[in-house]
Amino acid sequence: MTGTARAGPTTGTPAAIGARLVRIEGPDKVRGAAPYAYEYPVDGVTYCCAVGSTVTRGRVRSTSADAIRQVPGVLEVLWHANAPRLATADGSELAVLQSDRVAYRRQIVAAVVAESFEIATEAARMLEIEYDDEPFAVELRADDPDLYRPDKVNPNFATDTETGDVDGALRSATYGVDHTYRTPAYHNNPMEPHASIAVWHGDELTVFDSNQGASPVRARLAELFGVPPGSVRVVAEHVGGGFGAKGTPRPVVVLTAMAARVVGRPVKMAATREQMFAFVGYRTPTIQRVRLGADADGRIVGISHEVVEQTSTIDEFAEQTAVATRMMYAGANRRTTHRLRRLDVPTPAWMRAPGECPGMYALESAVDELAIASGLDPVELRLRNDPQTDPETGAPFTSRNLAACLRDGSRLFGWTQRHAEPRVQRDGRWLVGTGLAASTYPARARASKATARARRDGGFDVELCAADIGTGARTALTQIAADALGVAPAVVRLRLGDTNFSEAPLAGGSMGTSSWGWAVTRACEGLRARLAEADGSVPVDGLAVEVDTKEEIERREQRPAHAFGAQFAEVRVDEGTGEIRVARLLGVFAVGRIVNPMTARSQLIGGMTMGVSMALLEASLLDREYGDYLNHDLAQYEIATCADVPRVEAHWIDERDDFVNPLGAKGVGEIGIVGTAAAIANATYNATGVRVRDLPIRLEKLIG
Amino acid sequence: MRKFEYLRPEDRARAVDLAANPDVKLLGGGTNLIDLMKIGVETPEFLVDTTRLGLDEIESRADGGLRIGASVRNTDVASDDRVRERFPVLSAAVLAGASGQLRNMATVGGNLLQRTRCAYFQDVTKACNKRKPGSGCPAQTGANRELAILGGSEHCIATHPSDMAVALRALDASVLIETEKGAETIPLADFYRLPGERPDIETNLPYGSLIVAIDIPAPRNGARSSYVKVRDRASFGFALASVAGVLRVADGRVAEVALALGGVAPLPWRARVAEAQLMGAPAEPDRFRAAIDAELEAAQPRPENAFKVTLARRIVVRVLNELAGATREGEAS
Ligand SMILES: Cc1cc2nc3c(=O)[nH]c(=O)nc-3n(C[C@H](O)[C@H](O)[C@H](O)COP(=O)(O)OP(=O)(O)OC[C@H]3O[C@@H](n4cnc5c(N)ncnc54)[C@H](O)[C@@H]3O)c2cc1C
Repeated sequence: MTGTARAGPTTGTPAAIGARLVRIEGPDKVRGAAPYAYEYPVDGVTYCCAVGSTVTRGRVRSTSADAIRQVPGVLEVLWHANAPRLATADGSELAVLQSDRVAYRRQIVAAVVAESFEIATEAARMLEIEYDDEPFAVELRADDPDLYRPDKVNPNFATDTETGDVDGALRSATYGVDHTYRTPAYHNNPMEPHASIAVWHGDELTVFDSNQGASPVRARLAELFGVPPGSVRVVAEHVGGGFGAKGTPRPVVVLTAMAARVVGRPVKMAATREQMFAFVGYRTPTIQRVRLGADADGRIVGISHEVVEQTSTIDEFAEQTAVATRMMYAGANRRTTHRLRRLDVPTPAWMRAPGECPGMYALESAVDELAIASGLDPVELRLRNDPQTDPETGAPFTSRNLAACLRDGSRLFGWTQRHAEPRVQRDGRWLVGTGLAASTYPARARASKATARARRDGGFDVELCAADIGTGARTALTQIAADALGVAPAVVRLRLGDTNFSEAPLAGGSMGTSSWGWAVTRACEGLRARLAEADGSVPVDGLAVEVDTKEEIERREQRPAHAFGAQFAEVRVDEGTGEIRVARLLGVFAVGRIVNPMTARSQLIGGMTMGVSMALLEASLLDREYGDYLNHDLAQYEIATCADVPRVEAHWIDERDDFVNPLGAKGVGEIGIVGTAAAIANATYNATGVRVRDLPIRLEKLIG
Repeated sequence: MRKFEYLRPEDRARAVDLAANPDVKLLGGGTNLIDLMKIGVETPEFLVDTTRLGLDEIESRADGGLRIGASVRNTDVASDDRVRERFPVLSAAVLAGASGQLRNMATVGGNLLQRTRCAYFQDVTKACNKRKPGSGCPAQTGANRELAILGGSEHCIATHPSDMAVALRALDASVLIETEKGAETIPLADFYRLPGERPDIETNLPYGSLIVAIDIPAPRNGARSSYVKVRDRASFGFALASVAGVLRVADGRVAEVALALGGVAPLPWRARVAEAQLMGAPAEPDRFRAAIDAELEAAQPRPENAFKVTLARRIVVRVLNELAGATREGEAS
């Protein structure tokens, strides 16, 4: 073929950003045509089943592996005595089968690889394991003498902060509150469990994996198996949810790759729902003491937020629970602290809005209690203490529209019609109450690469190793690319979820759209410029531009950047039975520019719904006798059903923050779950006059 | 690999024949049994499907009652016009349970014989006297929020999870069964057993029983019935406490009453003590309260489930008040 094809901006293309573009892969998902990790057809695949410890702390002494290996169809039984050593056995949860130590109940202590799933499962059940067991400690207590101060909290914040004379300010305040709030452990439980298929060809590893970021999984696997990153390919085209549980690699992918290497054949494994409550991470329980003091005008003079939470004996995970308190409200005298206890439990990990979610439950409950103590409306109290610069550093926020969220939300919800007095509003046997809480989440971006390519057929390929975990990232990035190229979304083919594409960060910290979108914008701008230079001509094998936003992001001036929101709840409590139902939930958010109103709304109401679960239902029940979490299926670990969320509304204010990134968008994945539980707890107080300070709010706490 | 064989007999005689085998489990909709097989609690060698035996009819009985076949799906029970008209409490109880999908699969026989949702029972790595006799009952001092306040023993405080069975208990239903030895009718009152020292034996069913149908006698003349269930979430949750109530008031006095409680005992709990106090008494809130208080004197709550005593008391009083009010209104019109 000779000559050149022409490509370039079509004139008059409507802006794709902001359009209600339906999810590109939606039809494939509905038809079952979108492959998830476990579903890739792989010739000669074998099956791995992990065996969990039945002791809570101790050592694995021996196993009946030799006998089990004789079971027809069993290919291998792995345990610490015969498992290959990883290149970096670094004392993390990923050091699977690297030592005889049992650090928590249900930790992986063996694995069976077999010709079928059924054989592997049954052989795993038959495997006998002898342990030396030791006494254990699994319960978090605020008075535990073994609490310690970590060097930092996640990801890199100061453990403690202190400004001014906090105790003095609290002592002399006109109004004060001093309460302790508790949240239980939570398990993320995306619909699709952690699942992998691993295939080795010599030293080349291909992994089909369910994760929130294929690039970081590749980097970690390369380290663990001592091969160059270029020898590892990770594919995660479609992912059925993560909520943080797949933010960093978990034992499943390591075990699968290890097993495949040992048996010399492809291996697949999916965590069972029971295992989703065992070794893939969870949110730490917290015990939080919050003290607030205000002057006669309701201006906060002292804030103290002291957090106690847990980690494991394997690794340190220090949730940044009080970090949002550092920037949320004005007040000269401030303190935040975090203390950890190493317990014989699995290592906690990321879960939607780590830090902000449990921390803002406590802070926003305490602010409500302060409003009651000072006789101020909770909206007004928050407005009076809404700082225009970061209260700790004095630096200006890139934008801070909490006040607008509070005002708009108040109007849309009909807040002023409420009775501040509890137990006043009734509807038959139902007590009705309203409450609100503020939300916040940082607006950040990570460096990313992206490639944009013009094809000769007039279409464009935009490729990067981003993750679409069900959020609509693929669709949003298509819109961003279309606008940057000046073309219609229909001619853009956005490809992600494969390490063969440009390296990109994970979906986490509500940074996906900002980080990937930034790189996509730059790549497309670059390509557009190149096309212009070439007068629109595209060579035979296309014209491609790859960019890396690392330098641009590092060069940028640092300023406190956060999204904000206000959530309003109306709850109904049956006076006789204490049953609590959330009749209405309304959130208004300041999250920068909205790339796609449909997918953004889904993220926000999804987060809010998860917040309803947190407020009323969710709790991983610690089994004090056995030392693990007792409720480990979704019949016993309850989350909201459709009937529990009859009316959830998400609105946003018109905001575009050009400081945070070229898109002006702040990220919507996590802020929806921040503050929801407090709004519901505050509304429950307004309905009943009972203040519940330990989640979930169950009916027995109301009828005593 | 742990193998099991799936058999689908087409006639009852064959099914009864097959049932007389300790390694057989009869299969209804499988919504409970299959789950328990997956987690290793049930380990049958043969599954005998009972859904092709022609047991899927609801028939009117000569006395005005109903006979409901054992493999009628829960959804079909709840939506049957005769059930809704004659036994609204049954329809309401079934609809209060599980989810639409589960009710579409679940059968009447399977619903009666579903196993407890006690967390220890469902975890083969832990002790449970019901699953493994003599191994212990960690629920006594452990997680017992959902468990029994009535009828438990030091060996077991598991609750029976069914909503449907609670309504049937209030309606004086009987269970028709067949074994190799022939057909038999067992009143629901004698169907379930309290755990005592043998929590592993849950019913008085003879060995190898196939449940064929349930008989519900004619509705009591002029009596009203209703079902109230309290659960943590608005749907798809097991009862923390529930009550099926049947009441007829004549001349301001209780002429007929039946009360069955769910979620509080190892079996659907017929509140006989309360009923005895209520018969002939004025249909007044004070009497309702006194009657249920008398019933609940036998309660042995554990630390986590003491609230169930309050809950049970309040929903019984509510149901009786509502039924008495409805009766009064009914008389007025
Ligand atoms: C998440 C969840 C929530 C639920 N919530 C509720 C709830 O709120 N309320 C409620 O009441 N239930 C609830 N259920 C339970 C549900 O009602 C039962 O699983 C269902 O009724 C069982 O019926 P099945 O036909 O599927 O029984 P199967 O699972 O097929 O069988 C159950 C038992 O009955 C035996 N069996 C079945 N048929 C016969 C027969 N003809 N003769 C003799 N034995 C027989 C089987 O051998 C087995 O032991 C819930 C279930 C789940 C999974």
